[in-house]
Amino acid sequence: MTIERADIEKLAELARIELNEATISETTKSIADVLALVDQLQAADTEGVEPMAHPTDAVQRLRADEVTETNHREEFQAIAPATEAGLYLVPKVID
Amino acid sequence: MTDSITKNTLTQSNTIADIIAGLNAGDFTSVEITQHYLNRIKQLDGNYNSYITINEKAALAQAEAADKRRAEGDAPAFCGVPIAHKDIFCTNGIRTSCGSKMLDNFVPPYNATVVENFANAGAVILGKTNMDEFAMGSSNETSFYGPVKNPWDTNTVPGGSSGGSAAAVAAHLTPGATATDTGGSIRQPAALCGITGLKPTYGRVSRWGMIAFASSLDQGGPMARTAEDCALMLNVMASFDPKDSTSVDREVPDYTANLNQPLKGLKIGIPKEYFEEGLNPGTEQAVRNALEELEKQGAILVSISLPHSNLSVPAYYVIAPAEASANLSRFDGVRYGHRCDDPKDLRDMYMRTRAEGFGDEVKRRILVGAYCLSAGYYDAYYRKAQQVRRLIKQDFVDAFEQVDLIMGPTSPSPAFEFGSKGDDPVAMYLEDIYTIATNLAGLPGMSVPCGLVDNKPVGLQIIGNYFDESRMLNAAHQFQQITDWHQQAPADIALKGNDVAGGAE
Repeated sequence: MTIERADIEKLAELARIELNEATISETTKSIADVLALVDQLQAADTEGVEPMAHPTDAVQRLRADEVTETNHREEFQAIAPATEAGLYLVPKVID
Repeated sequence: MTDSITKNTLTQSNTIADIIAGLNAGDFTSVEITQHYLNRIKQLDGNYNSYITINEKAALAQAEAADKRRAEGDAPAFCGVPIAHKDIFCTNGIRTSCGSKMLDNFVPPYNATVVENFANAGAVILGKTNMDEFAMGSSNETSFYGPVKNPWDTNTVPGGSSGGSAAAVAAHLTPGATATDTGGSIRQPAALCGITGLKPTYGRVSRWGMIAFASSLDQGGPMARTAEDCALMLNVMASFDPKDSTSVDREVPDYTANLNQPLKGLKIGIPKEYFEEGLNPGTEQAVRNALEELEKQGAILVSISLPHSNLSVPAYYVIAPAEASANLSRFDGVRYGHRCDDPKDLRDMYMRTRAEGFGDEVKRRILVGAYCLSAGYYDAYYRKAQQVRRLIKQDFVDAFEQVDLIMGPTSPSPAFEFGSKGDDPVAMYLEDIYTIATNLAGLPGMSVPCGLVDNKPVGLQIIGNYFDESRMLNAAHQFQQITDWHQQAPADIALKGNDVAGGAE
């Protein structure tokens, strides 16, 4: 599997990380190296092996549908980059 | 109580067990011991950079409260014992950076369960320790706050990602520290800094409030100088936590209860794959000497095979980045943490916030993870890695049919110099070649000091069966009764002048 600049640009868009023009070829190379490492997996015989999602095959625990959390809006918003009237402010989304 | 102070019992080489005994006997107060460590941190940590935040004022207040509590006859297990938390555990009112510019301004409004457990046990928080950014690294070189230096040789790395916790314990800037281990982040720095560290079974210690890297692998655990201290800390850290959906509802034993059992008849598996090409000869010799010591105590060494070992690093570097790319999507500049200046629209805000907030290694792993999870590649990478993960686990399940514990080296070589793995991420990833498999399998693992190569510490890795931490701690403690590697300390960590407590000024 070869990976090229265009692939990295697409991944960066998916991951919402602006790429640094100056280091993009370095980034491409190091990611290609990591993918070459993980490509060793392809040689493993995994025919019929169930993928393992949890070390002890535990399943999601359920709980009663009860209110357990109290309101901490002021504390949470005190550490936010921008808030107003109890709302989180972001750049305009719809014109 | 101040009448009975015998200051000669308060030295830099105190273990947690010594401190608890000293506090119980009234030999010193929590304020004195806390001030002692704060003095050491202030005078010495400039050499090591092991702390990101020092909690001086609050620590002294906590110590005072602990002394008062003790005087009133209400002293829980860690009442007045100073410890440090890795800066990945949320601490109410104390900045929690995770080693990243992204969270440089993040002051959590709540405590992680691990932090809460220590608070309930009466512990004092000295500060928050340095770490690789978002726990991604094996050398501490990825921290936004600069690398931690190994107290044994400040030209070398302390290991990572819990390098700050490891160096702080090694330089006696705290008697114990919390840490986390996703692929070796407790055990490898413990080995490189000559201390004792334990990664518990997945689900044993709550992940709530512990900033997530790879959720199916992350596990918190203790770092200290001795196995006994790790047992004392694990008694506090381990708990069932309904707030962590993968926390295991299972009784927490007293991890100190079995420390003194003899090792006669203990079956120790020696995986041949852990002694192959790539292992430093000095490291190998130190580990083999340690195994011989255990054999002299009556343990039986059994040669075993973990045939899928060579696939653990490749499987990890699919699963961990995939989970990281999902977990780190929460850092969007909206609710907390860094936000770029003057975003022109929402997309621009995300793109620049994340470009500015994350360092190179974190970005690399997010991109690799995004690749492995992207349309058309999911089966070839993520699904395949999860299948291989089961094969790796099955190797251990089969081995534990024959043996009680598995032992080998923690890391392939002692501490390396800064920059020596350069820009080669793959060379760095191979640092964790012996530790990653236990995370993939969810098993507990430990590192215990077992020798020095060119005056650099070597770690013996002890891997246990699920929830068998007591047996690992027993073997480690017995090893520490017959060897003194855990008592060795770097030459240059003495305070200038009088090294006993600065007293309660």
